[in-house]
Amino acid sequence: MEQNKEFNPKIVAFLCNWCTYTGADLAGVSRLKSSPCVRIIRVMCSGRVDPSFVVKAFKQGADGVFIGGCHIGDCHYSEGNYKTLRRVEFMKLFLEEFGIDPRRLRLEWISASEGDKYAAKTLEFEAEIRELGPLHLVEA
Amino acid sequence: MKPKLALYWASSCGGCEIAVVDIELKILDVADFFDIVFWPCLMDFKYKDIEAMQDGDITLCLFNGAIRTSENEYLAKLLRAKSKVLVAFGSCAMEGCIPALANFYDKKAILDFVYRDSPSLQEDSKGVYPETKTVMPEGEIEIPEFWNTVKTLDQVVDVDYYVPGCPPQSFQIITVIEAVIDILKNGKPLPPKGTILGAGDKTCCDECPRERKEKKIKKFYRPQEIIPDPNECLLDQGLMCMGPATRSGCDALCVKANIGCRGCYGPPPNVMDQGTKMVSALSSVIDSTDPEEIRNIIKTIADPLGTFYRFSMASSLIRRVQPKNGNNK
Repeated sequence: MEQNKEFNPKIVAFLCNWCTYTGADLAGVSRLKSSPCVRIIRVMCSGRVDPSFVVKAFKQGADGVFIGGCHIGDCHYSEGNYKTLRRVEFMKLFLEEFGIDPRRLRLEWISASEGDKYAAKTLEFEAEIRELGPLHLVEA
Repeated sequence: MKPKLALYWASSCGGCEIAVVDIELKILDVADFFDIVFWPCLMDFKYKDIEAMQDGDITLCLFNGAIRTSENEYLAKLLRAKSKVLVAFGSCAMEGCIPALANFYDKKAILDFVYRDSPSLQEDSKGVYPETKTVMPEGEIEIPEFWNTVKTLDQVVDVDYYVPGCPPQSFQIITVIEAVIDILKNGKPLPPKGTILGAGDKTCCDECPRERKEKKIKKFYRPQEIIPDPNECLLDQGLMCMGPATRSGCDALCVKANIGCRGCYGPPPNVMDQGTKMVSALSSVIDSTDPEEIRNIIKTIADPLGTFYRFSMASSLIRRVQPKNGNNK
């Protein structure tokens, strides 16, 4: 679409310190092309991402929220990412009921050695958000 | 001269007024200490009496009810100007409460149902919509305009204090009123602006006498499906209880009656959104690590959004369900 050429999605990414953040770092060091629309917020564990952070990001202008954590079984804190998994499943249903497309929230397991996966998944997510268009929340 | 007291109901059920009268003999102290200048539920006052007052003439205004119509908003602005201290009294004024469940729909959908599709309408009155202005032989009459979205009091005017609860518990109202009288009589300093009065600063679970074993659950039950154990945590038994995401202060009224907390005291301190807090709390008790199974367990919750935001829809981060014709889908 013509107007979407102008649209640069704002994507907020909550990345776990031990896996995905290091993975993103590796993507950069390896000179891989990842999405420039991503604003990274480093958290100690993907289980630290409270559902209100996701909603607050949308409220403050994010068009998509990306959560990156360690693969299941690899969590630095044993089971933080299991909690993330349950929360994200819950949040998707929650967003849908609010009339926000649940595809705007994405969870990916990316380990510290998967720089290529980080690059590919953020580009994929950016393309998806471009297709969905900007998110305009209505308050009144 | 006695300090002046005003009470107003905007979009509310009248339960807050009953709760105020429910302080029993203490109401005599109130009537004795204050000069009641405005209380439409109890006595006949006219808006023009308030309009004629000087700004800041009313010492204390307890405002209950959400902002739903142009009349509600007008009175909110009028009482704000005329009152020294404006208190959002009760859940509706503070966070939207039951009237704000209308934020799941829009004005058109609500009016269409009530005046066109409702099965209780008589055939000849179907499709007759109220107009803001109607010309009658005697002249033009006007009714307030219905807003698309229900708002809280502090989304319309500046609010000094909040008293949560649906309705605020009588023993809490007594402590608030005694504190107010003490402040006015003895010149005590006012609490900081924005303070939540008549409530605790922990969660409902803190007051709950039930035993929490931190069990994981495979299915959520509706209250009619099981007979809950009276001593065990209701959430542990798979019954929806808003306790973990609700402010304390009611003395765990509902859970003591064997029913899950409804969440009427609003989010606990430092929580910006009650519903997402509940998502977080429930995600910890769901007993599964398989996405498909997790989805199926979540589906056993009846009306999650309406349950989590039963009282705080208008003050939640998103505030209303997004319109379908927007490009959010």
